[in-house]
Amino acid sequence: MLDLTFDAPKPRVISGATGDWEMVIGMEVHAQVASKAKLFSGASTEFGAEPNSNVSFVDAAMPGMLPVINEFCVEQAVRTGLGLKAKINLKSAFDRKNYFYPDLPQGYQISQLYEPIVGEGEVIVWMGEGVARRVRIERIHIEQDAGKSIHDMDPHMSFVDLNRTGVALMEIVSRPDIRGPEEAAAYVTKLRQILRYLGTCDGNMQNGNLRADVNVSVCRPGDYERYRESGDFSHLGTRCEIKNMNSMRFIQQAIEFEARRQIAILEDGGEVVQETRLFDPDRGETRSMRSKEEAHDYRYFPDPDLLPLEIEQEWVDAIRDSLPELPDEKKARFIAEFGLSDYDASVLTADVESAAYFEDVARGRDGKLAANWVINELFGRLKKDGHDITRSPVSPGQLGGIIDLIRKGDISGKIAKELFEIVYTEGGDPARIVEERGMKQVTDAGAIEAAVDEVIAANPAQVEKARDNPKLAGWFVGQVMKATGGKANPKAVNEIVRKKLDL
Amino acid sequence: MPIDAKTAAHVARLARIRVEEERLPALAEEFSAILGFIEQLNEVDVEGVEPMVSVSPMRLKRRPDVVTDGSMPEKILANAPDAREGFFAVPKVVE
Repeated sequence: MLDLTFDAPKPRVISGATGDWEMVIGMEVHAQVASKAKLFSGASTEFGAEPNSNVSFVDAAMPGMLPVINEFCVEQAVRTGLGLKAKINLKSAFDRKNYFYPDLPQGYQISQLYEPIVGEGEVIVWMGEGVARRVRIERIHIEQDAGKSIHDMDPHMSFVDLNRTGVALMEIVSRPDIRGPEEAAAYVTKLRQILRYLGTCDGNMQNGNLRADVNVSVCRPGDYERYRESGDFSHLGTRCEIKNMNSMRFIQQAIEFEARRQIAILEDGGEVVQETRLFDPDRGETRSMRSKEEAHDYRYFPDPDLLPLEIEQEWVDAIRDSLPELPDEKKARFIAEFGLSDYDASVLTADVESAAYFEDVARGRDGKLAANWVINELFGRLKKDGHDITRSPVSPGQLGGIIDLIRKGDISGKIAKELFEIVYTEGGDPARIVEERGMKQVTDAGAIEAAVDEVIAANPAQVEKARDNPKLAGWFVGQVMKATGGKANPKAVNEIVRKKLDL
Repeated sequence: MPIDAKTAAHVARLARIRVEEERLPALAEEFSAILGFIEQLNEVDVEGVEPMVSVSPMRLKRRPDVVTDGSMPEKILANAPDAREGFFAVPKVVE
């Protein structure tokens, strides 16, 4: 069983003119299900298609069209729920959320208000070694995405593309357990990591496949603890909801701005008005979305076109059995099995591909050495080229080969880096390259002694100085390494230099 | 639950149906009558009775995750009062 003992991080405190304030944050994350077809129609979900080409008559809300649910999308919601250790509701139901907007042809969004498919779960958000926030998940429900309105193509018109209309979303709703901007970003990062491990959402924030609504309020120190003890929300301040953010940086900026805005209002003796706000990244501020106010009356009711969604426990169990190893478990195993540091294990388990690559390299080798090479050399080099691990020109087998050559003493660390660069840019079998290009380390004591003798003979003045200042031995080692093209074993050279100079 | 003219105006606005001011009291009265009629149902004791969602015992129909539809933008846009460059064109929506 996974050992999950940790301390809670300190909440973010802002000192105001009238004393300290704390923030309380809850999030609604919309994650697009990684399905090929839409939630209730057979149209494609592919990103970047020609406008209005991924649209069926169901999505366009033509009269007489009826929704038929995509079973794969249901499965992904269940899978996500299981990944968040949440309760799965064998019976859930769909409701209509009614509002008018040009990119919503039905005039309502099919969602699950009263009976969501997934109930309470949790996400552990690590903020450092042994420090984590347990964020409670309230629910996950399935719903349709809306279309896309483009406002900047024409001065007088808005353009509407329905390709996104009807794509399946999972709305993951947290409790107000997040206590600062950094925690909020870390929460989204962790959620994204889990979704990507599960394969239920690709987590592409740039394309809008993962976006967050953030509820922010402020309170005095102690109020939050009173809320947690009693469950009584009146201990917390009035919240504002910042809509639709798809960048970790914007999420943090928006929360910071919003909390300070609310504190300023309260310290002036004013009252925070509960409302929906929009973050403007250019100005770094949030502003009221007045257009949403009137529309807040969504008049939800059960969708008469859809029967309740009933699933079987056996099906849920089968999905549970197919779950992959999740990030926290993988990280704990890497620490235990390969002796990695908490930090290295976190870096290597950030995504499934990196973790799998590392395991391939580390299998049967020194785990720490493998971690060093993967993180420092390979990740560093890939980053320079803007590649991710899936596009690494060096295979785990090749990197493992380089590590084997170091372990055998065939090459020095310095030569290994040169070898890595050759394998990275030219490819090939590391052992063969070392052989063919004469990169093998010289461990033969006789050859090294000869090289040392030569350097000593050529530098009598330095020899004199070194007898007074033993630190100069390093200079001789350097000269010998230079003379041997870096191929001499530095440890052997050092020993021989010291012996010859009587140090 | 009696509905007043103000509530009737709100409901009409939410439904995007224009109702002239002088018609609101009559509309409110109709709403009240309809709700009153439906409220009679509250007299029935349904404690412990599962809501019936369908007259025949059916399971929600499902379909596999296969793309079977779409690729007909001209048909989708055929009824649009205005379309440009493949998009629906609507009066500017300001946020």
